[in-house]
Amino acid sequence: MKAAPFEYTRAQDLATALEHLAQYGAEAKLIAGGQSLVPMMAMRLVRPTWLVDIYRLAELRQISNTDQAVVIGAAVRQRELQDNAQRLGQLPLVADALPWVGHQQTRNRGTVGGSLVHADPSAELPLTFLTLGGSALVQSRGQAARRIAAVDFFQGAMFTAVADDECLVSTEWPIHNTQRTGTAFEETSIRHGDFAMASACCLLSLNEQGQISDLRLGVGGVDSIPLAFPELARQWLGQTPGSASFKALAHAVSAQLDPHSDVHVQAPFRRHLASVLLERVLNQAAERARAAG
Amino acid sequence: MAEHSNPNFKYIGKHRRAVEHKRFVRGQGRYAADIQLPGLLHVAIVASPYASARIVRIDTQAALQMPGVHAVVTGEQLQAQTDAMLPGVDAPQVRRFALAHQVVRYSGEWVVAVVAESRALAEDAAELVLVDYDITPQVVDPLQAMQADAPLVHPAHGSNVIFDRTFDWGPVAQDMAACAHQLSYSVQWSRNATVPIETFAVSCQWNDSTGILDVWASIQMPKFPDQLAKALRLPGNAVRVHFDVDVGGSYGVKRGLKHAVLVGYLARRLGRAVRFIEDRMENMRGGDMQGPDRRFEVTLGFETDGTIRCMRMHALDDIGAYSGRSPLQLGKPVGAIVGPYRIASVQYRATAVMTHKTPQEAVRGFGQSPTNYAIETGIDKVARFLGIDRIALRQRNLIGPEEFPYLIPSGTQYDSGDYTTVLGKASAAIELDDLLKARDRLRAQGHFAGVGIATCLEPSGGNSSFEPLFNPKNETTTWMDSCLVRVDLSGHVTALMHTSSSGQAHETLVSTVVAEILQREPDSIRVLHSDSLNALPSNSPVGSRMAIMLGGAAANAAKKIRSKLIRLAAHQLQCQEEALTYEGGHVFLSDEPSRRLSWDALVEIAHRKFHQLPAGMEPGLQEKFVWEVPTGGMLPTPDGRVQMYPCHSFEAHLLLLSIDAQTYKVQIHRYVCGHDCGVMISPDVVHGMTYGGIAHGLGAALMEKFTYSPDGQLLSGTFMDYLMPSALEVPAITIVDHCTPSPLTEFGQKGSGEAGYLGSPAAIASAINDALSVHGASIDHLPMTPQALWQAVQLAADSQSSKETR
Amino acid sequence: MNPLHSPPQSTPQATLHPIELQVNGQSRRCHVEPRTTLVDLLRDQLALTGTHVGCEHGVCGACSVLLDGEPVRSCCVFAVQVEGQAVTTVEGLAPARDQLSRIQDAFCEKHALQCGYCTPGMLIACQALLNKHPRPTEAQVREAISGNLCRCTGYQQIVDAVMHATSSQVASHG
Repeated sequence: MKAAPFEYTRAQDLATALEHLAQYGAEAKLIAGGQSLVPMMAMRLVRPTWLVDIYRLAELRQISNTDQAVVIGAAVRQRELQDNAQRLGQLPLVADALPWVGHQQTRNRGTVGGSLVHADPSAELPLTFLTLGGSALVQSRGQAARRIAAVDFFQGAMFTAVADDECLVSTEWPIHNTQRTGTAFEETSIRHGDFAMASACCLLSLNEQGQISDLRLGVGGVDSIPLAFPELARQWLGQTPGSASFKALAHAVSAQLDPHSDVHVQAPFRRHLASVLLERVLNQAAERARAAG
Repeated sequence: MAEHSNPNFKYIGKHRRAVEHKRFVRGQGRYAADIQLPGLLHVAIVASPYASARIVRIDTQAALQMPGVHAVVTGEQLQAQTDAMLPGVDAPQVRRFALAHQVVRYSGEWVVAVVAESRALAEDAAELVLVDYDITPQVVDPLQAMQADAPLVHPAHGSNVIFDRTFDWGPVAQDMAACAHQLSYSVQWSRNATVPIETFAVSCQWNDSTGILDVWASIQMPKFPDQLAKALRLPGNAVRVHFDVDVGGSYGVKRGLKHAVLVGYLARRLGRAVRFIEDRMENMRGGDMQGPDRRFEVTLGFETDGTIRCMRMHALDDIGAYSGRSPLQLGKPVGAIVGPYRIASVQYRATAVMTHKTPQEAVRGFGQSPTNYAIETGIDKVARFLGIDRIALRQRNLIGPEEFPYLIPSGTQYDSGDYTTVLGKASAAIELDDLLKARDRLRAQGHFAGVGIATCLEPSGGNSSFEPLFNPKNETTTWMDSCLVRVDLSGHVTALMHTSSSGQAHETLVSTVVAEILQREPDSIRVLHSDSLNALPSNSPVGSRMAIMLGGAAANAAKKIRSKLIRLAAHQLQCQEEALTYEGGHVFLSDEPSRRLSWDALVEIAHRKFHQLPAGMEPGLQEKFVWEVPTGGMLPTPDGRVQMYPCHSFEAHLLLLSIDAQTYKVQIHRYVCGHDCGVMISPDVVHGMTYGGIAHGLGAALMEKFTYSPDGQLLSGTFMDYLMPSALEVPAITIVDHCTPSPLTEFGQKGSGEAGYLGSPAAIASAINDALSVHGASIDHLPMTPQALWQAVQLAADSQSSKETR
Repeated sequence: MNPLHSPPQSTPQATLHPIELQVNGQSRRCHVEPRTTLVDLLRDQLALTGTHVGCEHGVCGACSVLLDGEPVRSCCVFAVQVEGQAVTTVEGLAPARDQLSRIQDAFCEKHALQCGYCTPGMLIACQALLNKHPRPTEAQVREAISGNLCRCTGYQQIVDAVMHATSSQVASHG
């Protein structure tokens, strides 16, 4: 399984990378860690004529803060983020998700940006990104950088709003400063490290009266893109959490799903898994929120 | 005379570091893909995208014109120059070639071979080959394939049934009628295989001057050199297969005859060294190394006290589009058709059906594991039916230690065993009472939890008498193996074995055995693999045979050396041989130890001092031993009774697992395997294979399946969909050993290459059904994925609620 | 190195990129087609056949090597990308020709391998673990090797080997 032939260039800086993209258009692809891209090229499912390597660009490897968010450069490796306790402390949901991402070998090389742009329907980082309501900064040659909200980012299986001539530069991940915040990420697969049969994540904040002041819910692996449920979540603001009510919420969410069937999981079971995982993350997040207070 | 009456072995049965490991841990193994040959060319395959089609036209022009491409070969060319590979059963119209011609019969079948300067280039050129197909109707369901109007996979054969025979051993109908109860059930063992991490690789090099085709292959196959020569229309002494190639796992499947025929043909045609390494996708779809795909219909007849008297079993196997060994994979289980039980009469019907799917190859156990799964499922069902404890039921039916040798209805005699003791040891090791309490605690917490049990046989010794059994035209009864032992001028020992190894540590086995007999340090004994031109006969490591056959051959060759040394010494010391003691390779007068000849002195005499040899003695120190499998050598009776394998190892599995009541994910909490393979020559090796076999079985039980779409497309053709257990899915395993020596072998050893695999799917299914039974659910097919388990519970809940609404 | 060794030919029109990298402590200069993976470079051009190919799509882990000290799947890395980096393969684990590393020795002692095909990748994963966690728990060992598939051993003796290598008894003997 050898990739089809291609030309390669390592960009010296972002501008050069964008120049290459503009020049070669749809025939060029960016490569960072390659953990998703290289296997697809080996299977000849993807056959770019040009690979533009942005893996080492310092411009894309920064992690910084704004007041509201952690800003993660597109080429920051998953392992680097996993080792960065300070940042993970600000993004507990990401901390929950990262151990589920592949295996250590893939996290050592794979990047945060790479996972988002690859947009596998069952990938953990896209789900977390969407659930937290992050945003992406993309740029093409000669244009000002533009921001894409997570909710607009994922458009289909392996398909995002990033255009062929654009490079993902960084992503912003909102920090939830509320003290009593709990998060949870759950996934189920046949083997550890496999693509998820279904996954769910939750961020839940409580006010001093123990009512829900913020709620984010996401489900992955059940559709061509990760799914978040902001309207449903909004309806729960002000409510006091309890396991019976969470069951109802999980059920309400899963009723909205239109899951697909594949070799391992048929649609009805997938819907069931989504529901039970949602219930679990809701309960776990609520428990952690209470403990944090 | 067998040595096993002596329990005080010096080397046998001891912990010893495997000789092979020295090279493997350094990355200095020599696998087929590691062999460097000058001017090597590389092969890529153009495979059929359709399950059934006529090949209308092949256009190779664009591919041929690509720089770096040396040849683009079609089936038409290859089939004109090679002989067909024929089935093991009598079906001469089911013919198989390395490349298809005129017709493709499964998706993934090889159609065109491209040869180029690099594998990458060959793949580039393969994309330029244009093949026009006319799609024809296909059949992928075996039951449909048996219908009169089904599309025929091999029209010349006249039917999709390549083998169908019913064996009646004993008055089954009568016995059934006389029984108090009958219970019928069916189980499905879905298509899976052992899928080694190394794919099949083969390099060939033809020499015009010597007329020899050199072959380096990742091979585990009896009679590979001979069958390769025959297919290539070469004399047997024109093919030299190098058995010193390390094979990266096989567990039965690496019978890459078609790969070798292709590459051998290309090497001769081009006059260049040629190599083909299957990539993983070629391997999964077109390597023809899938395994049993079998539905069992079973009826057991039994009494109220649990005594099982008789059995009817129909095994229907979907073998795919061609027949390699596969129908014979229904034959081997005949040798243990009643498992370890006293079932007195059996009717066995074996049906092999062809469909438009990838063909099967021999998989570890050669059909015994699916058969054990079918039998053990029935045992559990009988227990549940009668309300008898599953262990108690087994104890009632297990053949007792005093009953050996035990003749089963199908003609095989089990050599020895002590099944209830092994089961008892396993129960004690797992602390069964506490285990049941732990299960109940898990249930109280809301999980599905179950304890599983399986007691199964591992026939060993590889007497392939299923060949004449399933094909009366085949009168092969010889299943020999050999060893040659030499002592060189410096007094160092070298032993030769005549087949490849794929992780069984044969070099360690042979050096341990030879060391034991010659009483020399095992690590000083070098073991080499011959090539097929300087080999003694061997039938390769299949059917758990090498400990018995190679171990026996090595021991007896070494004994001949030892006898010769004693005879030499007697001649020097002018005494009777009985007056001498052999110790550590030195020989002395028992009553007067100072009158002694050292090993070095004896070696010197043998090699250099002809004037001191007794009359008629050959100079030098080299002895071979070639022998037939014990109890072998006989054809089956007309009603299909035959001694299958000589020796019978036994395993008793016990485990506790839970199923998450929401995600249906299975977790195994505790796993014990009681194992009796007689005397273990290399305990570390035996344990290793048992652990590995259990893991293989776990994969088959819970997650592995070659899934096909209705139009014959393989949906699980990569490791993203064909799931194999990792270190997080295989639990910690405890093995408890017992030893009931075999009376038939040199040291009392039995074979155990298939250990663990033969019982773990049955045991895991037993545990899962125990877990599900609390909810009135059961599952009768593998793999038992979360989806399958959920469905089983849903089904039970639905039928329960529909009962309630009535 | 085998004097008859001839690496496979490149694609005729492909641009060859010169790269320099450290392999097992030695500086190596090579010319590679962009599509040559790191594992193919190691095996075909550098004759380091200890690293094995099992799936070429990033699942089995047989191709694992250390890249700047961290385990990666060398079938999922194009060689051109690792210019200037340091690769350690199984051939680089032993401290000297007549010695084995502690983990290699433990594998031999505990029979942690059979056919040997997954072993190089497994050793790399275990060595990487020990570099970070000198005294891992069994659970940590299983997690660390969860990306390396083995069809021979059932993993039990591999776990035993790592625990043996890191037991205080062995550690004190260096």
